[in-house]
Amino acid sequence: MIEVQNLCVRAGTFELRDVCFTVPQGRYGVLMGRTGCGKTTILESLAGLKPVTGGAVRLMGMDVTHLKPAERGIGYVPQDGALFSRMTVREHLAFALRVRKWKETRIGERVSELAELLGIAPLLARKPQGLSGGERQRVALGRALSFQPGILLLDEPLSALDDETRSAMYDLLQRAQRHEHVTALHITHSHDEASRLGDCLLRLESGQVREVPLDQARGNVTPHKAVAP
Amino acid sequence: MRSDAPFYAVMIALSAFYVFMIVAMVAADLGYTTPDRLLSVIVDSPYIRQSIRLSLISCTITAILSVWVAVPIGYLMARHRFRGKALVDTILDIPIVLPPLVVGLSLLILFQYRPFAWIADRVVFEVPAVILAQFMVACAFSVRTMRIAFEQISPRPEQVALTLGCTRNQAFWSVVLPEARGGVLTAGTLAWARALGEFGPILIFAGSMRGNTEVLPTTVFLEFQAGNLHEALAVSIVMIIVAMIVLIVTRMFGAERSML
Repeated sequence: MIEVQNLCVRAGTFELRDVCFTVPQGRYGVLMGRTGCGKTTILESLAGLKPVTGGAVRLMGMDVTHLKPAERGIGYVPQDGALFSRMTVREHLAFALRVRKWKETRIGERVSELAELLGIAPLLARKPQGLSGGERQRVALGRALSFQPGILLLDEPLSALDDETRSAMYDLLQRAQRHEHVTALHITHSHDEASRLGDCLLRLESGQVREVPLDQARGNVTPHKAVAP
Repeated sequence: MRSDAPFYAVMIALSAFYVFMIVAMVAADLGYTTPDRLLSVIVDSPYIRQSIRLSLISCTITAILSVWVAVPIGYLMARHRFRGKALVDTILDIPIVLPPLVVGLSLLILFQYRPFAWIADRVVFEVPAVILAQFMVACAFSVRTMRIAFEQISPRPEQVALTLGCTRNQAFWSVVLPEARGGVLTAGTLAWARALGEFGPILIFAGSMRGNTEVLPTTVFLEFQAGNLHEALAVSIVMIIVAMIVLIVTRMFGAERSML
């Protein structure tokens, strides 16, 4: 569960005040809003990458407001994937597990499980250079889910993908979220993305987050033609 | 419509003049002597052999020290905002803009004061003075190179590493530094090359004692003063060859934006 209470955060001259919202346990929350309205700032505050000036952030029932990113138990997928250019896909999936000093056999099992789930098994020996946009995001997702976090934060992970790849990623994201039993918060400015993925829709407008009824959001979207992955 | 030809003619003429002068200068050096004579000068003179040895050793130590100092400074300057950053930035550029002789003189005076004065006997006019004089200038160039290298690396992978459970120290060693590998190599090579050509501060702070604190630029100066043009030229050609190797290595690792 993600609970944000009266969050105040400042980024240069930009400031958000008294932001409140909740994403219930196990749900796929989508936070919508125009470009530059502060969505990424909120996400970075939840991840502990941006210090908050007021309010509280509770993740899985624990107050993490002043904890370091490493102590929050969150998986984070940035917009461009932010893959480690010197590591193979296998090393990406094993990275967080090695930091946690898992045994190599357990790491191997977990890497195989994730590679299977995300369809990246043939890419395990490759480095990020030369991977397609969709492949990069799958690797970034696998890396974020590897250590079985309770919370998954996704910052416009599909914005740079073509329509066909994006459609395949919708199914993958939903499958991965259910398989890993993770509470997700996904940022986007796409109504289509929000209505396809979200079961808890939030809109950031004028510095405040409000919940959007699902039927209202889905009514705004033209029927989507599914494309086979 | 008027032709662009005069514009490009002037541009190309000025560019060609400078490129020609560089090539002509090196070609003149190479044409003034023969490989046999070059070799015999180096083999016959124990001072020149010792000078080559000391230059290679001192430049390598300077390069390693410069990278060790430049990596943390470059990282902090590229990634953090803090009070007085502009002042620190200016201070870091002082060795670049200061006349080399002034660097040497300043070091000499610094070692009159404690705690430096306590070790002055073992440093000033000795081999450590050569290394310190080279380091004070070369490191400034390495700092610039590392700062550019870290600025070019997105902070996102480091942030992701933090969310994956890393401490800042783990994220730096496992993610940031490997990404900056090219920059580290360039900074080291650049420091090495700068150290090789350093003369002014060494002359003042380490002296020009033959076979003791004599490095390649000192040898060129001493041989030229003694009227031994061929010896001075032989050492100069050794330096040109080494500089060319450094230039090629640095280009290979993409140092277009470095200060080489």
